[in-house]
Amino acid sequence: MREAEELSIEDYKKRSRRSFITGGVAAVGGWFTFRNIQSADLVDRAPGPLRDIHELNESIWSSLFREDHLAKEYDISEASILRVNGRHGLRSELDLEGWELTVLGPDGEQLGTHTLDDIKALPWNEMTIEHKCIEGWAQVTNWQGARFSDFLALYEDQLPDDISDVYIETPDGDYYVSVDMATMRHPQTLLAYDNFGEPINELNGAPLRLATPLKYGIKQIKRIGTIQFLRDRGGDYWGERGYDWYAGL
Amino acid sequence: MTATLEHDDAPAPAPEPTQKAVLRHRRGNRWMHWINFPLITIMIWSGLRIYWAEQEFAFGILDWQLFAFFPDWFNEALGLDRKLARGLAFHLSFGWLLTINGAAYLSYLAGTGGWRELVPTRQQLRRVPAVVMHDLGMRKEEPPKETHYNGAQQLTYTVVILMGIVIVLTGFALFKPVQLSFLVTVFGGYESARLIHFSTTMLFLGFFVIHIIQVVRAGRRNFTSMVTGYEVIDIDPADGVTESEPAVASAAVTTPDEPAAASVATTTTEGGSDVGGVGEDHA
Repeated sequence: MREAEELSIEDYKKRSRRSFITGGVAAVGGWFTFRNIQSADLVDRAPGPLRDIHELNESIWSSLFREDHLAKEYDISEASILRVNGRHGLRSELDLEGWELTVLGPDGEQLGTHTLDDIKALPWNEMTIEHKCIEGWAQVTNWQGARFSDFLALYEDQLPDDISDVYIETPDGDYYVSVDMATMRHPQTLLAYDNFGEPINELNGAPLRLATPLKYGIKQIKRIGTIQFLRDRGGDYWGERGYDWYAGL
Repeated sequence: MTATLEHDDAPAPAPEPTQKAVLRHRRGNRWMHWINFPLITIMIWSGLRIYWAEQEFAFGILDWQLFAFFPDWFNEALGLDRKLARGLAFHLSFGWLLTINGAAYLSYLAGTGGWRELVPTRQQLRRVPAVVMHDLGMRKEEPPKETHYNGAQQLTYTVVILMGIVIVLTGFALFKPVQLSFLVTVFGGYESARLIHFSTTMLFLGFFVIHIIQVVRAGRRNFTSMVTGYEVIDIDPADGVTESEPAVASAAVTTPDEPAAASVATTTTEGGSDVGGVGEDHA
């Protein structure tokens, strides 16, 4: 309804009372809504309504995801060895000699094991990208290794069609991530073993780590021990601790 | 608060009503203004939680630090403990509401023609220093207005709207820097977008301080009009509305001969978005 350009003072008084009551009710309602969100039951340590919006955000941005849209690449002269920001899963001693990669199917059945040389036998790729941390910092760095899509090709025949996620954990199981298949198939998602022509250092994930500019660092797991193909989302260290499961960029 | 002209001849007691209420802020403007207030509060509160996870960003790139924005004691006092996950969850949820409210407001400004009230003309821009001098009490007469808002208000609100657009777009650039890489390019890169996002927030905080001071100075009737939509004005039975400075448009239609009740300085501009100006501060 169109509002009158002017009112008599009597009409105004009625209107004013109504407006303040409406405003008061809206303010109280808004406050209680906010308090309810803050005190809502937690789902993976995020208040339920906010977790729902994380999921909504995931469905929006994953539907807009395009495997042929590449993250910007930089000249290697702009890059430096990545800052070390987390040691989860790296606290046990690194056993390079005994290291092997275990691959599991969706029901936990073992599909294969690999040495680092197996991974190095896959086509070599390099990228110099901007790594982004969920804490806010970013750094241009360099990764060299095999595309995950080439690794996946080794198993494609053995896997059911409905694989949706890849679960990866460290040898000690202390750190683990779950990443959607679209991101894992992207050409800039690498199983990286080198950077700047040298093996990746221990705290940056030797001997093999995940590297992708499409996800925050929390998803780029270091010192990979086991890879499992799943029909549904698997565990995710930070996703279970209040963060967005998707963490896509 | 309404400036009353002093007349030599004291007005005789009149049977006419001595006050009436004129429309200042349409319903859409009022709702969007008040919805914005808690949304921006939540965005800044949750944004501080995100900022606190990595403070050295902005001035780290220059290799010097001007001073520590928001030191630890500040965050502790506000209960902004290190809960990055919670901060992100709130920020990336309520950010949608802020975006929707902002888009609705821009469409509303475009649809009602309300933007004409806000975007200053060149002449009004030239008067901005004089308005500021007037507001600071260093200049006696108030420079003329062309709409409900004076030049300084027009400039401020136009810049604030542009800041709102920038803060939402840089927000999206930081939220999805790969998928929305064109936005990152527009803002000069990821680090640059982050600096702009943060600096714009600081400008917003500065605006709120001035905004609140001006609302307090403008008085209760002005504040009330943002809730009810209508501002009470005193009618001078002698020659109509007590205006120290009628707006240009209303001056043309108001003549002293008209009866008080009819001589409302009300001019419906194109799109019907405004009423004639009354010479006083509106925040």
